[in-house]
Amino acid sequence: MSAALDIGNLQAWYGESHVLHGISLSVQPGEVVALLGRNGAGRTTLLRAIMGLTGRRTGSIRINGVEAIGLPTHRIAHLGVGYCPEERGIFASLSTEENLLLPPVLAASKGVAAGMSVDEIYAMFPNLLERRHSQGTRLSGGEQQMLAVARILRTGARLLLLDEISEGLAPVIVQALARMIVTLKEKGYTIVMVEQNFRFAAPLADRFYVIEHGQIADTIAAADLEARMPVLTELLGV
Amino acid sequence: MEILGVPLQALMSQLLLGLVNGSFYAMLSLGLAVIFGLLNVINFSHGALYMVGAFLAYIGVTQFGLNYWMMLVLAPLAVGLLGIVIERTMLRWLYKLDHLYGLLLTFGLTLLLEGVFRSFYGVSGQTLDVPEQLAGATNLGFMILPNYRAWVVAASITVCLGTWFVIEKTRLGAYLRAGTENPKLVEAFGVNVPMMVMLTYGFGVALAGLAGVLAAPVINVTPLMGSNLIIVVFAVVVIGGMGSILGSILTGLGLGVIEGLTRVFYPEGSEVVVFVVMVIVLLLRPAGLFGKEK
Repeated sequence: MSAALDIGNLQAWYGESHVLHGISLSVQPGEVVALLGRNGAGRTTLLRAIMGLTGRRTGSIRINGVEAIGLPTHRIAHLGVGYCPEERGIFASLSTEENLLLPPVLAASKGVAAGMSVDEIYAMFPNLLERRHSQGTRLSGGEQQMLAVARILRTGARLLLLDEISEGLAPVIVQALARMIVTLKEKGYTIVMVEQNFRFAAPLADRFYVIEHGQIADTIAAADLEARMPVLTELLGV
Repeated sequence: MEILGVPLQALMSQLLLGLVNGSFYAMLSLGLAVIFGLLNVINFSHGALYMVGAFLAYIGVTQFGLNYWMMLVLAPLAVGLLGIVIERTMLRWLYKLDHLYGLLLTFGLTLLLEGVFRSFYGVSGQTLDVPEQLAGATNLGFMILPNYRAWVVAASITVCLGTWFVIEKTRLGAYLRAGTENPKLVEAFGVNVPMMVMLTYGFGVALAGLAGVLAAPVINVTPLMGSNLIIVVFAVVVIGGMGSILGSILTGLGLGVIEGLTRVFYPEGSEVVVFVVMVIVLLLRPAGLFGKEK
């Protein structure tokens, strides 16, 4: 069985500035992986590079066994990837429901399974049902975050790239998001999440990659987390 | 019967003329607004493509024995295809640059298209007959309504409202609106945005081509007819607010009517009234009547 995501010696640039300096990592289907690191270390760029949203990229990005490094962004999504950007990307000119229904359902292929139905999503996020006719950007920060994640669950993508979903939200919302990740993991989704909030990621992830200066500085399995805390504290400054 | 010293008949016929002009303003500014929204290109060649639409209708009817109704479909299709070629081969390379480059390129295309038609047809202008089904006029009692002009207004309002409906109320329109806000994210969801951009440009200029066909029987078809109109249309877009769909339709029709009324009450001002309105609007609402402040 091929890895859900297999990255080899990935280098990426924004214009002239070289941001990722040879990243290699592998995520198996059903795993939850967290990317830790300081601001500007290259974690968000890594997710964007997977989606083809940076400038030049070299190296290898295999998604469910298919090489994606040369593909245009819209083809990459069809390999079974759902992307939730850091800024959430809720569209102001669309209602909540239009935002939810915007990403097209992906055609059946290796990394794509039947997505959640709209009813299932509304059952998971009742607030969105209540506010489905509101303009997307009128929702609260927490609701917008839920919408940003919910809309990629409908498409059938099994690999989710979640960028700082807990950022700037009230503790009660962060807890709800943590429960959501647990539910998604039980449903067999593969998740790669960038997290600043270590305490959010710690109980959720199977593995942690620490990224520094566009490289992987350390890899820590969940079982070793306790023992490695001193190193982590130093690397992250948490 | 007279209103403010003007015979009702004259007032109504100028109002109708204003509505006809307003129909062309609306269709052209609608296309410009859609294109600017998604492509960030100020399509200066819009007027020239309107001219091409009118000439294609003239050529099809006079030289190929096709009728007006066929050209009403064929000419916009041909202009749309020409637009797709322009987008694929030229505009595509400019998206990452400043707006100014798109404006310059499309301005150059305007000169090119006008030059080509001028070398074949000169500047004096051609006329196209009104199709026989729409010839004549209907006496409404208070005014004589030329059938063709009524058709122009009805057809363009239908097309404009249809476009508005598709953009604001359908799934396809949701892609377009979202793509206008954040094309990269829409692409990351798996939508083929480059193709959508190409088709949007094709559709926008096809609207200009359609306006050209509608205009051909009521105006002099000359290579410069687009340049004469496009400046007013840009003023309409600025007044309505860049990028607003409904705004450009309403502003187009409204300004046509204002122009018509000015021609009745103060004929000397009819050429500049649109620009006076533009100045006032820009002073009071810099983002335009329907535009959102950024």
